[in-house]
Amino acid sequence: MSTVAVVGASLAGLAAADTLRQGGHDGTIVVVDRSARLPVDRPPLSKQLLAGEWEPERAHQPLANKVGDLGLDLRLGVSATALEVGSRTLTLSDGSSLAADAVVLAMGAAPRRLPGPPLAGVHVVRDLDDCLALRADLEVGPSRVAVIGAGFIGAEVAATCRGRGLEVSMIEAAPAPMVRVLPGEIGGFVADLHRDQGVDVRLGVGVEGLVDDGAGRVAGVRMADGTVIDAGVVVVGIGVVPEVDWLDGSGLVLDNGVRCDETCLAAPGVVAAGDVASWPNPLFGEVMRVEQWEHGIEMGEAAGRRVLAGLADEWRGPGDPFPAVPWFWSDQYDRKIQMAGRPAATDEAVLVEGTIEERRFAVAFRRGDRCTGVLAVNRPRHAIQARMKLQASLDWAPIAEMFGV
Amino acid sequence: MKVVVNFDLCESNAVCMGIAPEVFEVRDDDFLYVLQENPPEDLRDKVTEAARRCPKQAITIED
Ligand SMILES: Cc1cc2nc3c(=O)[nH]c(=O)nc-3n(C[C@H](O)[C@H](O)[C@H](O)COP(=O)(O)OP(=O)(O)OC[C@H]3O[C@@H](n4cnc5c(N)ncnc54)[C@H](O)[C@@H]3O)c2cc1C
Ligand code: SF4
Repeated sequence: MSTVAVVGASLAGLAAADTLRQGGHDGTIVVVDRSARLPVDRPPLSKQLLAGEWEPERAHQPLANKVGDLGLDLRLGVSATALEVGSRTLTLSDGSSLAADAVVLAMGAAPRRLPGPPLAGVHVVRDLDDCLALRADLEVGPSRVAVIGAGFIGAEVAATCRGRGLEVSMIEAAPAPMVRVLPGEIGGFVADLHRDQGVDVRLGVGVEGLVDDGAGRVAGVRMADGTVIDAGVVVVGIGVVPEVDWLDGSGLVLDNGVRCDETCLAAPGVVAAGDVASWPNPLFGEVMRVEQWEHGIEMGEAAGRRVLAGLADEWRGPGDPFPAVPWFWSDQYDRKIQMAGRPAATDEAVLVEGTIEERRFAVAFRRGDRCTGVLAVNRPRHAIQARMKLQASLDWAPIAEMFGV
Repeated sequence: MKVVVNFDLCESNAVCMGIAPEVFEVRDDDFLYVLQENPPEDLRDKVTEAARRCPKQAITIED
């Protein structure tokens, strides 16, 4: 009987383990995670949990209730510290080593931090402890919260803090919020949304550093233009880096995460999935790394299927490619922002439903005769229907027909 | 099989509709409608998948 080792017990890792069991793998599945508890579901960390509407028990991941039935050898509080690719042997932080027939790498990503000594009152939001620490600081009632970075987590944290009645500044070096997922100028509506809610939005201006109150606590943010924003709490949302440092020197290609082939395979017997993995998405013909909830599950499942195929044919066969239409949602105030696909800033943005002013619209992105994505704001049905069409093909015509443009 | 949606949790993001349009529909009013509360057995896989994929864990299947 074969052994599969999974590193990371979150969305991607557990989806892979579940797929292995569904697919009839009856050997050992060892799942290790650095975290001492099963990781919680992350989306509520910047939304309901941070708002104080939910308690942690409610933020469980979709497979959390099923873990007990999967017959896993779950080792929590244990990190993988090295991988010998040829023999598929992991070194673990408890001093043991683990030789496996296949290894699933699903370590996710860690938040980037600002350089400089740590100061009290400065937060990132990635796991439950981060969220609870920030929440406790918000409960004290700071005079202002400064959010550095208006990516999707920064923008959500800003909205949630504002929802708690706090004064908020949201600072972004790029000319619009959420530029990594909302290409070009289209993210401008997010800035307006926040401004209407009374957030002090600063775009196109960098951060020089943090202001220390002299007692090891943050007192504000020093901007590149010389101004200072006084703030008792600072949230840093400047992106994440894939958790691959421990794989340095393993021989795996580490290029924007663990680089895989079209089938999620990084080396014979080694697959990767979720936030940590980049792969050439055959549907788009582009190498992508996607940091989105559903993608974690879908790629985890694809990686699980790749392992099943590889164990069956001793990694000789080509495996099935993993085509994907990334999809994410973001909740800010009473708006639901959803994007299916992965448009680029150079794609033409075509308004296909509603108006930007009322913030209830859909925009389709066009690149020649292809549609690279559909953005929907408070139009969930359109996002999902467009996604289903894009999953079949990226042709522009069916999208144009669907929206009647 | 009986499909139950907890509408306090549901945020109408239509993920379920993408997977099982026979059972779930988000209409123009932005509310989710369950088209069949007791869908036939041959939809069980799809409905189970929808329940699993619901980001709010708002769908449960009874028996
Ligand atoms: C605050 C927040 C809000 C979000 N909101 C949304 C949203 O609204 N919509 C959306 O689509 N997406 C959202 N996301 C993104 C989504 O949660 C992630 O894409 C998803 O969690 C990725 O899953 P994963 O399994 O790849 O990695 P992760 O969830 O990061 O899990 C990786 C696991 O690996 C473990 N690990 C790392 N290194 C090691 C090691 N060396 N040894 C052992 N274990 C290790 C970690 O402890 C962790 O538990 C949000 C993310 C955050 C942080
Ligand atoms: S997937 Fe869940 S939250 Fe979304 S519409 Fe369906 S039941 Fe509601």
